[in-house]
Amino acid sequence: MRRLLSIALVTAALALSGTLSAQLNFAEIPYDAVEPLTLPANIHMGEAAGVATNSKGDVFVYTRTGTPVITTAGSRNVSHGGSRLFQFDRTGKFVREIGQGVYGFLQAQQVRVDRQDNVWVVDQLSTQVIKFDPNGRIQMIFSRKPEAMRVPNLPLAVPADTYALVGPRPPQPPAAPPAAAPAAAPAGGRGGPPPGAGAAGENFNRPTDVAWDSTGNVYVADGYGNSRIAKYDPNGKWIKNWGSTGTDTGQFRVVHGVQIDAANNVYVADRDNRRIQVFDAEGTFKTQFRNVGAPWAICITPGPRQFLYVSNSNPPNNLDYDGEILKMTLDGTIVGKFGRAGKQLKEFGTVNAIDCRSENELYVGELGNWRVQKITLRPTTTATR
Amino acid sequence: MKYLVGGCLVLAALCLAVPADAQTRAKAENVAEIPFESVPNFLKMPPDVYLGESMGVATNSKGHIFVYTRRDDTRLLEFDPGGNFVKEWGEGLYGFEFAHKVRVDKDDNVWAVDEGTNMVIKFNPAGRVVMVLGRRPEAVEGAVETPQGDPPPAERYLFARPTDVAWDAQGNIFVPDGYINHRVVKYDKNGRFVRQVGSHLRGTEPYQFNTPHSIAVDAQGNVYVADRGNARIQVFDNNLVLRAIYDNVGNPWEVCISPGPHPYLFSSNSNPDANPAASWETSGEIYKMELDGRIVGKFGRAGKAVGQFQTVHGIDCRNPDELVVSEISAWRVQKIRLRPTNTTSSR
Repeated sequence: MRRLLSIALVTAALALSGTLSAQLNFAEIPYDAVEPLTLPANIHMGEAAGVATNSKGDVFVYTRTGTPVITTAGSRNVSHGGSRLFQFDRTGKFVREIGQGVYGFLQAQQVRVDRQDNVWVVDQLSTQVIKFDPNGRIQMIFSRKPEAMRVPNLPLAVPADTYALVGPRPPQPPAAPPAAAPAAAPAGGRGGPPPGAGAAGENFNRPTDVAWDSTGNVYVADGYGNSRIAKYDPNGKWIKNWGSTGTDTGQFRVVHGVQIDAANNVYVADRDNRRIQVFDAEGTFKTQFRNVGAPWAICITPGPRQFLYVSNSNPPNNLDYDGEILKMTLDGTIVGKFGRAGKQLKEFGTVNAIDCRSENELYVGELGNWRVQKITLRPTTTATR
Repeated sequence: MKYLVGGCLVLAALCLAVPADAQTRAKAENVAEIPFESVPNFLKMPPDVYLGESMGVATNSKGHIFVYTRRDDTRLLEFDPGGNFVKEWGEGLYGFEFAHKVRVDKDDNVWAVDEGTNMVIKFNPAGRVVMVLGRRPEAVEGAVETPQGDPPPAERYLFARPTDVAWDAQGNIFVPDGYINHRVVKYDKNGRFVRQVGSHLRGTEPYQFNTPHSIAVDAQGNVYVADRGNARIQVFDNNLVLRAIYDNVGNPWEVCISPGPHPYLFSSNSNPDANPAASWETSGEIYKMELDGRIVGKFGRAGKAVGQFQTVHGIDCRNPDELVVSEISAWRVQKIRLRPTNTTSSR
């Protein structure tokens, strides 16, 4: 009887699959956490949307802070501000701010550092990817900020957290064959989106992440509004898109992250389908991992033996479930997990970014707790599998 | 009995129809008056610090006073027990938008409640944020949709997203107007309407426009209009009578005429700012032309690297051999030195 009951419970748990069914038997990885960053008295961290390190151990944080400003320009609303990019040294000491007042800093989404120590910023609502060189000067721009922005018409009683983060998604334009777009026909019109906006062009719709393969090709996760990976050559020339909205393989619902391993496999965090899909560099589907919960943030370690970290982050409006970070091998096997949702040190509040340049020393950026934690994993030999 | 009381209360509320927040006269009577005084100029403000609507005030265990106030933006200020300004807390904080309350707990942590961002923010006694409750809604949702239908008729003295301006030797003013109207308006040098060509409606015929996007006037007063959406330059005389159409240089985003005895017309077939697929192969170059439309040559192509162009939107050609070029999509300005050419190809 007891056996029957437990089987029933397991079945129920699998059927609900609201929480991570795979949580059952994974080893907890012991870990410590500190808040390593110190800021000047007049600068405050907001939602730590992105965190990344360069080869010297400097830490970059792209954060939603300050106040986003909407000004009425007469004909249209113009938006600016609301996000800043900070650099710290390896001891956590504040070094400088980069990109003060930059046109594309509107709502921080992610920051990543490439092999040459260029700093790439992804801004969700300016829809842009901005490449800074190691000196903090702008080198390359992807996509264009919308000239005029819609301002939410907030209902009074809405649970603002959920509303704000997930939000209503704009209707998807019918998928156009990428190469068939008319070339150069800038229509006049009434100030609408430029021709080519949408899937076939460069303009993103709430992009979330950026990654590079071994030859320097650029892959943009796009994102909340579109459901695609957009691929560019190292000079920023568009090569191809793949993906559409849906639940089949090769389809996405909220592309929330992208990472590439040493063999140029592309790992896509398909957040609202609660899986990671793996493609080759041309976008051909290879496999998927369905045991990761909702992947909000992913990171692949460098080096000869690579691991994949995945955060099954709690949504910003709830601390009562999820929140753990998984460590996996690249074939999708879970090695262990650590952490849970919460506001205290060692707990996580909607992790949106993981830096894993060092396998056992991670930087984790949180939306919910306005902070970056440095996590030191202390895996025991028996803890792995 | 309990029901009855409840019924009465509901009835009373309905009958009186008192708004929920209306103030009522106290029922207490014959209450003793307590003598008091107000300390004048209690808070001493630095010259550049002002209080606005002071929504919250609280003291910590050392007698320091915290005021959460709405001025142009919302700020949290600290004063010492003597009322002297100490410092501002949470400068530029993501959670400060519309003050409502400040409180200090037993450990001297300072808690601010902001009704604009829907957040409660806990500062430690050193003034650093240690906990936040709630979450600020995101400020914007995405790009504005394109309006549908025809715009209203154009007015003489009002524009609808105008795009450029130019002048002739007499100081007459020419304005291409623009994205919503599709016309060019001529004013005299005092700004009085003279005439217009085109209308509020776009069109493809001669004298009609589809987004007149840039304009230049030569020394004789001829007017060169970049009719971008129609992929042509329409040339008018000074009275806006059509003289010529150049339709072999792509979609002109920007035109410029150099000064001097031998003027040149520059026109940019800029790649669209969304970088649609394959647009780099078909657009991005700038043409150098004689004023009669013969092409001298072209230079540049679409791309993000230095020496390539990402949606050229401005050209200064005061020196025709050394242009200053501004771009939308690469966020930059380049100086372009052209090697002078003597040959002019036929059209």
